[in-house]
Amino acid sequence: MTLLFIEQILNGVQLGVMLFLMAAGLTLVFGVMGLINLAHGSLYMVGAFAAAAVAASTGSFLLGVVASIVAAAVAGVLIEMLVIRRLYGRDHLDQVLATFALILIFSEGTRMVFGSFPLYLQIPPALAGPITLPGGIEYPLFRLTLIVIGLIVAFALYLLITKTRLGIQIQAGEEDREMISALGIDISKLYTFVFALGAALAGLSGALVGTLQSVEVGMGEPVLITAFVVIVIGGIGSIQGALIGAILVGLTQTLGAFLLPSLSITLFGSPDTGQVLSSMLIYILMALVLLFRPQGLMGVKT
Amino acid sequence: MALLTVANITASYGPTQALFDVSLTVKRGGVTALLGRNGVGKSTTIKSICRMLPHASGSITFDNKPLTHLTSHQAARLGLGLVPEGRRCFNNLTVQQNLTVAERPGHWNFSKVTTLFPRLAERKNQQCATLSGGEQQMVAIGRALMTNPKLLILDEATEGLAPIVRQEIWSAIRTLKETQNLSILVVDKSLKDLSKVADQAVVLSRGATMWSGAMADLTDSVTAQYIGV
Repeated sequence: MTLLFIEQILNGVQLGVMLFLMAAGLTLVFGVMGLINLAHGSLYMVGAFAAAAVAASTGSFLLGVVASIVAAAVAGVLIEMLVIRRLYGRDHLDQVLATFALILIFSEGTRMVFGSFPLYLQIPPALAGPITLPGGIEYPLFRLTLIVIGLIVAFALYLLITKTRLGIQIQAGEEDREMISALGIDISKLYTFVFALGAALAGLSGALVGTLQSVEVGMGEPVLITAFVVIVIGGIGSIQGALIGAILVGLTQTLGAFLLPSLSITLFGSPDTGQVLSSMLIYILMALVLLFRPQGLMGVKT
Repeated sequence: MALLTVANITASYGPTQALFDVSLTVKRGGVTALLGRNGVGKSTTIKSICRMLPHASGSITFDNKPLTHLTSHQAARLGLGLVPEGRRCFNNLTVQQNLTVAERPGHWNFSKVTTLFPRLAERKNQQCATLSGGEQQMVAIGRALMTNPKLLILDEATEGLAPIVRQEIWSAIRTLKETQNLSILVVDKSLKDLSKVADQAVVLSRGATMWSGAMADLTDSVTAQYIGV
């Protein structure tokens, strides 16, 4: 039981760091540009498909992962310059409508190119199979790798945002975009960079999660919704908040699905109540956080 | 030789016209004071110069280049250094980050700015939100200087500060004029302090230039009519 519990905690952290890759871009784009980007899930899908196609044709998983980052970043730059750029000054309803249209375009476009059947990414042989962790826990090496990659990306992102001039300009733009422009910073270049960065992270997460699951049209939207929950919990615009929110949501979702049905069997004799409750759990968590901290855990009061 | 020439500009916030006919000039190495009561369009004029608000007609020429079709950051890169009303420091950044975030190469760098405002060196790793109003004002001035502007634009740089802090800011402005020969456009309420630094004065009323000339020629009747005490 303890071993299983620890394994579930690791699964929760693994889900959390992958959610973080999605949420980081979403929260930056919302925080810096004030844009609600529903098409962020499409970039996740683009990454997954690019990885599947490149991995299948070259036989290299690593090249597939690189392709996912590049393809999603390129797609991000394209939609930023063609569509998104026109939406910054508009209200949120226009943004939601336009980016929803982008979801439909990306989904149908992908269906045209790859068809409706799911693709599969193979875990590379070097990362296949379980690894024995201290304490005798057998855990899939690939999932452990995802946790490590996620934490490395989180740390790199933290350094980028807090230690580089570009990151400091991004923070300044988040606080007062008119002022940073008046000081001579080309905010539109900054926006394109932030968007491409967010897209690349979404693409990477699509490729990595796509390896665990399957690569198919529409795979991005469920993740998008969870990522929105993450950034609301963490505080919109905060990268730290996105990381904390993502780990919280990952753990809540995984442990809820693991513990609540068995708890419900003990209490009511059937797992139904527990299953229903576990699917609602992250939203209950969000409601609780908002009740006590309306700006989110790491958000700044406006 | 004029560095900045604003000629007969008009500008509106949506349907509300704010500027009807504003003209002013700042000479190279000169200091022009922009005067007038609250709400006559001083800050709006500055927003138009910095391209934060488009003007509808008239022309703005800076360093022999028209600013009309430029964006805010392009205009700034020609050499406009804005110290805006309300300071607008980046509160979640440190003092040092505020100063370096938009820095461009030139005479002014972090050590020169902290020589002008020694207090900023002591507080360099402190978040801007935790500073006093006077210190934030020093950050806002330092931040503009670090872009190495040809023209420093000061909008209400001493507003809401304690008298002793005001004097610190004024003495820094005088230093900039005297030792750096920096051109300055300054909006302020205190005629007494302005008269020590400004050579030219422009008086606005209801969105239009009413009087302009040498600061020394500003008569009591003009100040009584348009500026008041």
